[in-house]
Amino acid sequence: MNMDMVRGHVLICGGTGCTSSGSEALIKEMETQLKAFELDKEIKVIKTGCFGLCALGPIMIVYPEGAFYSRVQVEDIKEIVSEHLLKGRIVKRLLYQETVEEDNIKSLNEVDFYKKQMRIALKNCGVINPENIEEYIGVDGYKALGKVLTEMSREEVIDEIKKSGLRGRGGGGFSTGLKWQFTYAAEGPDGKYVACNADEGDPGAFMDRSILEGDPHCIIEAMAIAGYAVGANQGYIYIRAEYPIAVKRLQIAIDQAKEYGLLGKNIFDSGFDFDLELRLGAGAFVCGEETALMTSIEGKRGEPRPRPPFPANKGLWAKPTLLNNVETYANIPQIINNGAEWFSSIGTEKSKGTKVFALGGKINNTGLVEIPMGTTLREIIEDIGGGIPNGKKFKAAQTGGPSGGCIPASLMDTPIDYDSLIQIGSMMGSGGLIVMDEDNCMVDIAKFFLEFTVDESCGKCAPCRIGTRRLLELLTKITDGKGTMEDLDKLEELCYSIKASSLCGLGQTAPNPVLSTLRYFRDEYEAHVKDKVCPAGVCKALSRYVIDREKCKGCSLCARQCPVGAISGTVKSPFVIDQEKCIKCGACMNACKFQAIYKK
Amino acid sequence: MDKAKTVPFNGTKEQEEQLRAVIEAHKGQQGATIPVLHEAQEIYGYLPFEVQAMISEGLGVPLAEIYGIVTFYTQFSLNPKGVYQIGVCLGTACYVKGSGDILEKLKELLGIDVGECTQDGKFSLDATRCIGACGLAPVITINDDVYGRLTVEEVPDILKKYE
Repeated sequence: MNMDMVRGHVLICGGTGCTSSGSEALIKEMETQLKAFELDKEIKVIKTGCFGLCALGPIMIVYPEGAFYSRVQVEDIKEIVSEHLLKGRIVKRLLYQETVEEDNIKSLNEVDFYKKQMRIALKNCGVINPENIEEYIGVDGYKALGKVLTEMSREEVIDEIKKSGLRGRGGGGFSTGLKWQFTYAAEGPDGKYVACNADEGDPGAFMDRSILEGDPHCIIEAMAIAGYAVGANQGYIYIRAEYPIAVKRLQIAIDQAKEYGLLGKNIFDSGFDFDLELRLGAGAFVCGEETALMTSIEGKRGEPRPRPPFPANKGLWAKPTLLNNVETYANIPQIINNGAEWFSSIGTEKSKGTKVFALGGKINNTGLVEIPMGTTLREIIEDIGGGIPNGKKFKAAQTGGPSGGCIPASLMDTPIDYDSLIQIGSMMGSGGLIVMDEDNCMVDIAKFFLEFTVDESCGKCAPCRIGTRRLLELLTKITDGKGTMEDLDKLEELCYSIKASSLCGLGQTAPNPVLSTLRYFRDEYEAHVKDKVCPAGVCKALSRYVIDREKCKGCSLCARQCPVGAISGTVKSPFVIDQEKCIKCGACMNACKFQAIYKK
Repeated sequence: MDKAKTVPFNGTKEQEEQLRAVIEAHKGQQGATIPVLHEAQEIYGYLPFEVQAMISEGLGVPLAEIYGIVTFYTQFSLNPKGVYQIGVCLGTACYVKGSGDILEKLKELLGIDVGECTQDGKFSLDATRCIGACGLAPVITINDDVYGRLTVEEVPDILKKYE
């Protein structure tokens, strides 16, 4: 054990966002510089999980001062070491400006981005080193497992979870306690299984990944608790192969837990055995659906099967199986430690606790946020997210990925909880929240999601396999400017038939992006159909490139760039684009040095 | 699938030994097929017919079932990939920030379509699902390097680094 006196800690984010912006190189440089200044015994460098503010990555926090450095580059490290760590002078130019207050630095909790957040599932993310089990134990880790195994009966555990009001965070929102109860009650003479759905396939969602990267032990602890409660001795974590860092840290965490006797035989001398295994996905969105996920763990094509029987009765290898999502599990240890009453005091009447959202798209503070249920969309976007960049106007927020819908500006004051989101035609989903501004075309967005579902439909049932393709064809017809008003009615009718007749959640929710955009942005559809115009200027077939006669200097650069010879004119007088010949490639607009060419 | 036929299989003895060891290690494990395919792809870079046949024989799983699994999951590839594998993220966050235009530019510069590989075997191009670096959108990856907050104008210079 290292007993040197440590007088300062440097926390560097090692989440996927910051790693992508180069945080690994920062850690190396920091260690080199600390050695060079002989500070390596006094200052400890810790690689943590996600801090949440990915937009400002790579992020570094220095304690005890709590200095929050953002967008740090390798060249900056020497200055941080020689100025801040050696001489105690904080490097002001690198501080996150929101935290600067005259001669002081504000605590992070007072910054707009963090002020309205409440961290339960993300409690340890960005605080501990996820690759060190002792740091997890140091923040009450595995205390809940100890309490459950030594003080509580299986029924008491299930009761506690039921009382907490926790609902599935993967999208459906089913009561977690009831799910546990059903699996507990199911007959399983040949054993039962516990599984964790970490196949986070929704584009634009990275909540689960951040939890797994930042706090992998809490998932292991929660799964062991679940195993005890429902009577299972084996667990599986099904995780996307696209998340290499999360896979690596989970494996390290599982190995450490085994070494410490927190997984394996006779945990806490209670006679309870529990083991965990990782299973990697292979890039199939449908495997996020529970029955498909289980067929995939079994080593087959990940196709869903009809329910009932539900997994609680017949799941993995036809044995009773409890399947929860990562974020759901992340709440469990704290419910056990702090009690169901504490948990159910947070949130709204029917949606308890918090929800993690991955904020992305046209928003200033992209990143990870955790808010109490009932917070409004406006608070998330304007207060926490810092609004829309470049002074653009908010158009819509998309939640629930390809299964969800778009929420228009008029509904921004809707409190976020399971039921109110369903009511307005979207859904909580797993937590992706993509913001769109006036430059995004809503028909194009609907088409984007349909392209996704057409690609990812497994093909087992006809409504999804054929129906979504027909939907996409209709949408393409509209964005090509060939749509008719009857097509809009057909679109809607087809949506409802697909919803009603598909086998699994993928097909049943696939029409949601179309239905919600039709509901709130029908005028945009009509503009495409009636006026043959794309109001946002996104749909290529409907947009035109035009030369501004006032600004054009007649340099002929655009005419030389045009691949089809559609631009003509005489030098030093304004040029014109022949709309018949133009293929709308945009080369002229990029080439123009006077911003004289614009898209209409 | 004509393309697959034009690339002759040239696995080495060492690769075969590695694969046999992997199969041996997973034999008897429940649901072993997918983990074995993952490791086989690590060894060969792709999953040609010959490799699938070895796995089928080794695990005692019908070849048709193996082929069914390989073609079901997008991570498994029947074709070899380029030395530099370019992935353009088409997750929602990247898409609304213009990754579609970046993909178009790459197609134009490389002269290949998504899922293809350049003649010299240097670059292959894929449109990937969300890689979770949404804070940096739009994002592309070239092997293990990640390029974020990209604009179309930056694309040619990035490619030059690998030529």
